[in-house]
Amino acid sequence: MAGPEIQIPDVSWRDNWREFPWWLVAILGFLVVMAILVFTNENIREAFLFIIPGIRLTLYITLAGFALALVLGLLAGLGRISSNALVRNIAITYVEFIRGVPTLVLILTLAFVLVPAISNGMGIDNRNVSIELRAILSLAIIYGAFLAEIFRAGIESISKGQMEAARSLGMNYRQSMQFIILPQAIRNISPALGNDFIAMLKDSSLASVLAVRELTQRARLYAGSTFRFPESYLVLTFCYLTMTIALSLLLRWYEQRLGKDSR
Amino acid sequence: MSDEIIVVEQLHKYFGSVQAVKGVDFRVKRGEVVLIVGPSGSGKSTVLRCINHLEVPTSGAVYIDGVHLEDKKTNINEVRAEVGMVFQQFNLFPHLTVLQNVSIAQEKVRKRSKDEAEEIAMEQLQRVGIPEKAGAYPRQLSGGQQQRVAIARSLAMQPKIMLFDEPTSALDPEMIKEVLDVMLDLAKAGMTMVVVTHEMGFARAAADRVVFMDDGQIIEVGPPEQIFGKPQHERTQLFLSKILAH
Repeated sequence: MAGPEIQIPDVSWRDNWREFPWWLVAILGFLVVMAILVFTNENIREAFLFIIPGIRLTLYITLAGFALALVLGLLAGLGRISSNALVRNIAITYVEFIRGVPTLVLILTLAFVLVPAISNGMGIDNRNVSIELRAILSLAIIYGAFLAEIFRAGIESISKGQMEAARSLGMNYRQSMQFIILPQAIRNISPALGNDFIAMLKDSSLASVLAVRELTQRARLYAGSTFRFPESYLVLTFCYLTMTIALSLLLRWYEQRLGKDSR
Repeated sequence: MSDEIIVVEQLHKYFGSVQAVKGVDFRVKRGEVVLIVGPSGSGKSTVLRCINHLEVPTSGAVYIDGVHLEDKKTNINEVRAEVGMVFQQFNLFPHLTVLQNVSIAQEKVRKRSKDEAEEIAMEQLQRVGIPEKAGAYPRQLSGGQQQRVAIARSLAMQPKIMLFDEPTSALDPEMIKEVLDVMLDLAKAGMTMVVVTHEMGFARAAADRVVFMDDGQIIEVGPPEQIFGKPQHERTQLFLSKILAH
């Protein structure tokens, strides 16, 4: 006996319609319109040409700050899970202190209180410590605390059996971390690290309060001297969004590849 | 040098307020194959893990080849290099190839050159019967193959003792034999082995002694024929009737 005929509705076009990344179209649309305006609109082009050299400092501060933050974050993350109570408490104090204060406030405090204190302590005239270096150190100290939590979570996500197997082969704690646990943990947390890199790229704009002449500071200078506020800040938004969207698309692609590899 | 390579004296172990091991005395001679059996939660794995200091005893002492493990001056890493351990869950390193799994500790602990370590690794992979998988990653292997790699990884350190913590419990039935065959060869070659397992066949074929544990204590010790054939103690009989029932 033939069963009831089942009509399979053809919804594939509808699914495609629903799953299509319209958000990306909207954002890319904004970027394209802005790019066209840079070429066609005199005022916007002028603003763009004034602001864009700041990208060099923005990238420099972000890359240098992030590299330092990785080192600090790894050390603090390892400290967080140390069996030594003193080390663990120092690490937790650092992380909780930083997480409890707004980023802008921290940048001011670190750049104008901590850095002078350290440089005086080292016998260096703190006027010789450039504002760029202060911005880099401030961002590194702030992001080190956030990365510490990512590293800790990454290490704790590796099953206990991995450490036991490494230790039972006679490897010491440091060797087991370095060769067995961390390579696996870092692979797992690499998307999270990428996200924080993008976040840091955006937060590097806060270095403008130290008068570092990166993108944001140049936009403020241009707006202040020409009173072309809309042009200045639209161009500034365009610059950041181009970089962050490019990076986050790259990250999505990398994450997908990572997912395929582990299957 | 004493003939007793493992000496466990009055071992007690608490996990919080739960006492997992209650005064275990236990000695193993060089070349001996000793099985520890008992119901789950009887403390048998804890005793095994104290032998290479993965668990630290609450009180009591463990000596490996005369070295006191709980002594603060003992370099535990040096002792562990001499005591191989095979885990229920294999615990291979998933980010390394089979060859790297078997050679990394040789390089970092035994300080062998990469070439020498890989040569020894290949010999051991040959011994466990899967040299052709040297370039594969652990996730590409079956459970039985993974466990054999784990055995090769321990053997490559040329240990004096091999500990096995339920090595076949996580395996599909058709893969148990390939792992037991490797262990049997090892026993015949004169390796000192302490094995936590319920594999009766292996016990009869290889074990010199069987230790029955229950509730954190050793209840009965004897040759496999005695423990499995005519157990003296009521608790041993009860346990055996349960595991032989299925």
